[in-house]
Amino acid sequence: MQFLFSGLTVGAVYALVGIGFNIIYNATSVINLAQGEFVVIGGLMMWFFTESVKLPFFISIILTISTAGLVGLLMERLTIRPLKKTDLLLMIMITISVSIVLRGLLMFKFGKNSYSYDPFTEGEPISIYGAIIQQQTLWVIGVTALCMVLLFLFFNKTLTGKAMKACSVDSTAARLVGINVSRMVMLSFILSAMVGAIGGIAITPISLMAYDNGPMLAVKGFCAAIMGGLGRGRGAVIGGFLIGILESMTAGYLHSGLKDAVALIILLLVLFFRPSGIFGGSAAARLRKF
Amino acid sequence: MLIFVALIISLPFLTGSNYALTVGIFSGINALVAIGLCVLMGYAGQISLGQAGFYGIGAYVSSILSAHYGLPVIMSLALGMLAAALAAVVLAVPSLRLKGHYLAVATLGFGEIVQIVLNEWGPGGPSGFGDIPQFGIFGYPLKTTRGFFYLTWLVVAAIMAFSLNLMHSRSGRALRAIHGSELASNAMGLDVVVLKIKVFVLSAVYAALAGGLYAHYITFISPSSFSFFYSVLVLMMVVVGGITNLWGGIVGAIVITVLPELLRRFEELDVLAYGLILTLSLLFLRDGIVPLLIDKFRKVFTVARS
Repeated sequence: MQFLFSGLTVGAVYALVGIGFNIIYNATSVINLAQGEFVVIGGLMMWFFTESVKLPFFISIILTISTAGLVGLLMERLTIRPLKKTDLLLMIMITISVSIVLRGLLMFKFGKNSYSYDPFTEGEPISIYGAIIQQQTLWVIGVTALCMVLLFLFFNKTLTGKAMKACSVDSTAARLVGINVSRMVMLSFILSAMVGAIGGIAITPISLMAYDNGPMLAVKGFCAAIMGGLGRGRGAVIGGFLIGILESMTAGYLHSGLKDAVALIILLLVLFFRPSGIFGGSAAARLRKF
Repeated sequence: MLIFVALIISLPFLTGSNYALTVGIFSGINALVAIGLCVLMGYAGQISLGQAGFYGIGAYVSSILSAHYGLPVIMSLALGMLAAALAAVVLAVPSLRLKGHYLAVATLGFGEIVQIVLNEWGPGGPSGFGDIPQFGIFGYPLKTTRGFFYLTWLVVAAIMAFSLNLMHSRSGRALRAIHGSELASNAMGLDVVVLKIKVFVLSAVYAALAGGLYAHYITFISPSSFSFFYSVLVLMMVVVGGITNLWGGIVGAIVITVLPELLRRFEELDVLAYGLILTLSLLFLRDGIVPLLIDKFRKVFTVARS
């Protein structure tokens, strides 16, 4: 039971990363391997604002999310834009290289230490069904759920959100009806970065954050996205939680060193046998645009 | 090719410093892996972010066989390469159906899994193990740096010769056809799947050979040398040097191996510098150094002629 909850906690972050992947993928068909770095930025910048600059909690949150959004914007403007419709290979490598640059910057600024800050609410851990849960865990799960709801509303009820969805379905058609596709692309990066950062902000009080947590998070988040079917928001969430739980159970019951391998093995299995994900339809043997 | 060999032979006499030779040795080892990736990516058009995995398999298998079981080094090296080849086949069969991003991530996953497995179950775990026999031929261990330098680059030259030959042969043309269009190649009767697997195995074997050399040179290995970061490094070598040209692999390897030595003073900035160099070369040096130079040469010569 305990593992279930710790699994949900990490799973929530994977889910958010997966959602971030989906947002960018939907708008651009690019898989942003720097997604993990957004999470790290979230955690580290939050530490910076709360502990180093000693700003109040809410202001720090807003600043952190804005910073992440800014980074996403810069990334898109400087690296993705100029390379419009090039080689897939180049795109992958660009995102990898950006992730290295970001990691380098973070290492420069924050060193190799792990950082943390106070949980959102102080208090005794709660007991549910015999498992002891920190309050922060509930926050993580809650924040993730909130994000999902907000994103759902955004994509389905607002004009901008619907426009972004249109871009993912067919960018040419979207352009024809007057949607500014390049702006949507930019927006997708900003949004994706913010979502990642939120995950980072929420998880750091529990599991600390260091400059190089990025790649692992990215891989697992990507796994989550693929499991749910690349491009499907809800799928990524379920995928994320599943991975988190499985990982947690592996660490608990089997061998803790193997827990990272679990996500990877799942990834390979999914890629080999059901690339369209658990929820992707069969009409979606769509290794889309590849 | 001859110029290349001449360069290699003369280098130790030019520099003489052990340090430079050591850097040279590592360049050579990295070049082996890079050439393999170059063949895979530039000619066959497949991506692999998991070369570190094969590199590690080669290193560990060779080390374990020679250190714990007393096999002669050359044999254990060969067995290391065989092990990597097998792993490559196992990985390749399901993976090569995937394309683009999926393939990249699958290979990434593979590389990571290898590292984790080595971390957990490799002798010595995360701390690695040592006392690996040095490379020797028929019992004469190779002790000097210079000797190993020659050995490494001799191997590189041999592999280069083999690869160049391969690229100019029927198989090479077949590979390039696949890169151009798998559908067309299939229609023309090429067994695309088998060829792709073969290339994959080839690149894995090169990496394993490099790994074995690495292990027997340093006589100590640990899983941390075989991380995703290394796979990215190899990727960088190929990209910076030039994907479409095998020599690019060598050039890229040298550049990327020498660079951290030059950047050493910028201690904290090294990761950043790597990233920036990679990003900038991707954005501007799109094809890599070697094709760029070749292009410049050609322009100079055609102008001179007219």
